[in-house]
Amino acid sequence: MKTLVWVEHEGGAVKDATLSAVTAAAKLGEVHLLVAGQGIGGIADAAAKIAGVGKVHVADGAAYANALPENVAPLIVELMGHHDAFVAPATANGKNIAPRVAALLDVMQISEILSVESEDTFTRPTYAGNAIATVQSSDAKKVITVRGTAFEKAAREGGSGSVEAISGGGDAGLSSFVGAEISKSERPELTSAKVIVSGGRALLNSENFHSIIEPLADKLGAGVGASRAAVDAGYVPNDYQVGQTGKIVAPEVYIAVGISGAIQHLAGMKDSKTIIAINKDEEAPIFQVADYGLVGDLFKIVPELTSKL
Amino acid sequence: MKILVPVKRVIDYNVKPRVKMDGTGVDLANVKMSMNPFDEIAIEEAIRLKEKGVATEIVAVSIGEQKAQETLRTALAMGADRAILIVSETEVEPLGVAKLLAKIVEEEAPGLVILGKQAIDDDSNQTGQMLAALTGRPQGTFASKVEVEGDTVKVTREVDGGLETVSLKTPAIVTTDLRLNEPRYASLPNIMKAKSKPLAQKTPADYGVDVSPRLKTLKVAEPPKRSAGIKVADVDELVAKLKALGVAA
Repeated sequence: MKTLVWVEHEGGAVKDATLSAVTAAAKLGEVHLLVAGQGIGGIADAAAKIAGVGKVHVADGAAYANALPENVAPLIVELMGHHDAFVAPATANGKNIAPRVAALLDVMQISEILSVESEDTFTRPTYAGNAIATVQSSDAKKVITVRGTAFEKAAREGGSGSVEAISGGGDAGLSSFVGAEISKSERPELTSAKVIVSGGRALLNSENFHSIIEPLADKLGAGVGASRAAVDAGYVPNDYQVGQTGKIVAPEVYIAVGISGAIQHLAGMKDSKTIIAINKDEEAPIFQVADYGLVGDLFKIVPELTSKL
Repeated sequence: MKILVPVKRVIDYNVKPRVKMDGTGVDLANVKMSMNPFDEIAIEEAIRLKEKGVATEIVAVSIGEQKAQETLRTALAMGADRAILIVSETEVEPLGVAKLLAKIVEEEAPGLVILGKQAIDDDSNQTGQMLAALTGRPQGTFASKVEVEGDTVKVTREVDGGLETVSLKTPAIVTTDLRLNEPRYASLPNIMKAKSKPLAQKTPADYGVDVSPRLKTLKVAEPPKRSAGIKVADVDELVAKLKALGVAA
């Protein structure tokens, strides 16, 4: 099988999510990449070095600058004339684009796969991760999104793919990019952080979140996450949210502070290697999945923990 | 403009799903069902656009078993004007749903279709994007803000690093994220009134759409269980654990 992988990139670099998608795609056969954007020569060269990559298709143009699906999907559909599968990381962009491609090809997408069982059979989570379905696709071409935390990352070096420019149809004239507000953070990105410290509603306000959660995270070199309750209450921006509707993470260590552990939150973090919970409610569901739990007042425990590290 | 809002009847989001012993699926017998939470947000947004004078009519549509009528009545009680139920006793995949919706879009010619970003049962996150592809319309997915300005709609989207705004030519397809709005509760008088609002019943065959599934579910299993953890007595013990894990010096 020849597989085309969507390269997710940001700030001139290939994102980790792409590397996981490459590993998943390699289980299906020959891996080709698509790099789309504007002024992306450097990214194309970096992509060609990813271990195991064959051809790298590069679509450089203003129409592809912001990954608008109306412009990008037709480009992918064209390339699918000589590929058997399209694989995208299950990022916001991947989830936006892949189903549009699938419908144009008249195939059913297989979302957020956890494993490749064979060329046509995959496992994927449903019901907020409470049920794992094994599904077999009868479509001639496969369109797949990959859950990054379920696959090892392909090595960034060692490959020697050939780079080939493609033009595509350009601007479909249906949509335009207006602007973006990207949260600035010095901390590791949530989906690739080794350690994550997450705060919930029990923090009570934004000030506490900053003064209690962040120093602990900085001590551990950790990413900072949050429950939906903390986001809805305005303690932190929405891109901090871990869960079914936020980000799916699987770090080495996940520290949940003042988070009860609703199923929607667990859906986003229960594949973490070690889970540590700090909560004053002994009956909180989070303790059912936590490897280490400490029952007590987070306002005392967390500063003490930070100072002792 | 007319707004079309597809809604899905799903297991209530507070219920912990149980996988059937024989591995054929999730046990839905005698389980509380509700409107998919993202679809409630879609209905709410449509109603707010009507209250602002942007929308003239709201049509709710659902595809599923007869009982999905209840979900449509909820949408009508919230403020939708009329409803269409496409009855299918077997589950229809997002591609099939998108094809049926494309036919309804052709018939009804809505200026906007507002869908939830994903259903909390299959967690696919596909139908809106597929509908946009099939109808050749632009898509504004994972919306946290929707502003209609003349013949364009400005959609603020929740993306991985923050927010992004796109401008779409109407007619357009929008899918809702959680923070778009706070859906209202249907009041008792409105629930009573909803009973007399029109609800048309159709079948996939009426639209000439083949909804046979492309994906075959071979098995549904419970996720691997985490082994029971331990409670530590104090911060010192926790520090020791963190050191043993190699995340603290």
